[in-house]
Amino acid sequence: MRPGRYLPVMAALLFGAIEVPAHAATIQITTTDLVFAPAEVSVKVGDTIEWINKDVFVHTATAHNGDFDVMMPAKKTVTSVLTKAGTVEYYCRYHPNMKAVLTIAP
Amino acid sequence: MFVRLSAAIAALSILGSAALAQGAKPTDPQIAHIAYTAGVIDITAAKQAIEKAGNKDVKAFARDMVRDHEAVNKQALDLVKKLNVTPEDNDTSKTLSKQAADKLAELAKLKGAEYDKAYVANEVAYHKAVNGALETQLIPSASNAELKSLLQTGLKIFQGHQQHAEQVAAKLK
Ligand SMILES: [Cu+2]
Repeated sequence: MRPGRYLPVMAALLFGAIEVPAHAATIQITTTDLVFAPAEVSVKVGDTIEWINKDVFVHTATAHNGDFDVMMPAKKTVTSVLTKAGTVEYYCRYHPNMKAVLTIAP
Repeated sequence: MFVRLSAAIAALSILGSAALAQGAKPTDPQIAHIAYTAGVIDITAAKQAIEKAGNKDVKAFARDMVRDHEAVNKQALDLVKKLNVTPEDNDTSKTLSKQAADKLAELAKLKGAEYDKAYVANEVAYHKAVNGALETQLIPSASNAELKSLLQTGLKIFQGHQQHAEQVAAKLK
């Protein structure tokens, strides 16, 4: 085998490592009996949150700073991608006693 | 334009005193009936608000109340069926229903912004009263673990609604 055949592969790996950020993760946050769990999560911009609502009630995950407002229908899972860094406190608009925090790294 | 909150506030003391007068804590069939009745009362008030309210936040709040309390009451019905318990009418349920009917008639006479304010103020007071009853009376008295757990979920829902109602009330000022 000629060494040259590997060049494109190596180039792809090299540039790939530079251009593509670490693989985005998917993180699950559930609501059960009106509690967000885990209550504090550390994530990164580009990560996906899977919002799993196990309750028979509709909830929302609403950022206090307006960065996101996710509707969580009863007994359903919805996803959202995080686009902005920051420490974001969020709550449910229907049940403001439901509170949690996302720490989103850039 | 004085808004009477007496019905809801009296409900709390009546929930307390009715059981005390009997000298015994309410039984599970009675607790189930009281909790279900408390939900029905809020649904009825909300349906009136969906018809009468002018403010869109108030209308949206009322729709939330119907949705959540119907969901809780459906769970309650499923549970009593599963446990083979027949909810038992009692003086506390009767008093609650009577007071709620009076309040509904009182609110029916109001219009516009006056109605909106009175409805939301009563929602705050009513949820507060039911929370108190759940915490001090109904939850401690419940003997079945599943009933107790459903009441605890109910308490969190009612506490959430109370805060939501307080936020809506603050925006109306
Ligand atoms: Cu909620």
